[in-house]
Amino acid sequence: MAPSSQRRSSYSKRAQYNLFTGYIVAGIGALIGAVLLVLSFFQPQFFGGPRSVAQDAATPATETVAAARTGSKSLWDSISGYYRAGSKNAELKREVELARIRLGEAEALRQENVRLRGLLDLQDEDRKPVAVARLVGSSSSSTRRFAYLGAGSEDGVTVGMPVRSARGVVGRILETGRTSSRVLLLTDSESVLPVRRAGDETVAFAEGRGDSLLRIKLINLGINPLKVGDMFVTSGAGGYYPPGIAVAIVTELNDDGGLARIVSDPAATDYVSVEQIFEPDAAVGATTPIEEELGD
Amino acid sequence: MERIDPRARSDAYGSRLNRSHSPLIANVVPWASIMLGSILPIFFIAAALPMVPPIGYLMLVGWRLVRPGLLPVWAGIPLGLFDDLYNGQPFGFAILTWSLTMLAIEAVELRIPWRVFWQDWLVASLLGTLYLGAGWLLSGAPPTSHALAALVPQLVLTILIFPIVSRIVARLDLWRLWRWKRL
Repeated sequence: MAPSSQRRSSYSKRAQYNLFTGYIVAGIGALIGAVLLVLSFFQPQFFGGPRSVAQDAATPATETVAAARTGSKSLWDSISGYYRAGSKNAELKREVELARIRLGEAEALRQENVRLRGLLDLQDEDRKPVAVARLVGSSSSSTRRFAYLGAGSEDGVTVGMPVRSARGVVGRILETGRTSSRVLLLTDSESVLPVRRAGDETVAFAEGRGDSLLRIKLINLGINPLKVGDMFVTSGAGGYYPPGIAVAIVTELNDDGGLARIVSDPAATDYVSVEQIFEPDAAVGATTPIEEELGD
Repeated sequence: MERIDPRARSDAYGSRLNRSHSPLIANVVPWASIMLGSILPIFFIAAALPMVPPIGYLMLVGWRLVRPGLLPVWAGIPLGLFDDLYNGQPFGFAILTWSLTMLAIEAVELRIPWRVFWQDWLVASLLGTLYLGAGWLLSGAPPTSHALAALVPQLVLTILIFPIVSRIVARLDLWRLWRWKRL
């Protein structure tokens, strides 16, 4: 379509001024945007307030869509479950039998654990999740990987709390609104998580790369001990995440570690739970500069 | 008695008898549809890659190119402010880029006032590429080459979806000027 004739402002002074003012205002707008952008680079939490209010406002809609999404997914799962049901059934039976044996062994181990803990006088209180909610959305058009959670400060969610699904770690709370909060996913390029290899004490950092993979950076360099298929779990260092939650599986090796795929894909999870910060004192200590002393 | 053609008293915007445009709808539809486009991407859960094209931005470019003279040059400021609440980028990103986009299209229009669709598409593709590139550069996280490579599927989708967006805008524009029954 051709531009309307009003932009050729002709001899009308008023029209000319209007057009000119429009350019000026747009230019000033771009400047304001640039200033705000620089401000939010240095103070990322500065605009959290309006953003979480906006997120809260969208929550009823996102909740509904999330419920429909998980519903339709389970419908699809049950339909695809009929495909090759017989052979799958036989395979599952074999697996269940094996799992039952392993369960018995695990029970024995648990009892031994309780006995040894009793000897050591270790307290092991049950950790209850702060909130259980759906992941209602994500920043799917941005380079950053954030998800939105349908629980906020009204449910007791605070910044820094770990978010996990039944399969493993999902991320951690970055901003809270009243009824929703923003989660930094593991795949975001700002996310770093201390991990160790399940089964031994090979410690590493799992950093998001921004392209769905995690980079496993070993802390002790030397001969790379990793193998494809190794499972990494949280190590509990840093104080945010409780130790022993599944994080990622190595899919590719490189010089100082490897690349890994996350275990708990947020798109495939139904409900996630928000948990207490594992060791709040340690988490505070980790964010305090060396020059400052920790108060008593 | 001969039949009168039922479409004799109507045009593309509906019948003209006892009907008139609604000023409210005519003014609100462009802004509301762009804001809806800004909200839409949060409904998708994309944990691995940025998959969903920036629908709000494409709607803005669509309205600006399909229907020039409707959105003022400064429209990028309020609409960008709204988009910033939902897009996941650092605050201010959309205000800056959307304002610059409006100015850039204004400059393009001075040069090519009469355009065919493929020229619109070309402009939108170039702007979309720049927008996604700027989003990668100014995401608040250090820009890595892996994140740039992860941008490619989204970029392809963004370019391919523009014709659909402009058809939607054209349909909305028709509806915007529809004549409603006067009471």
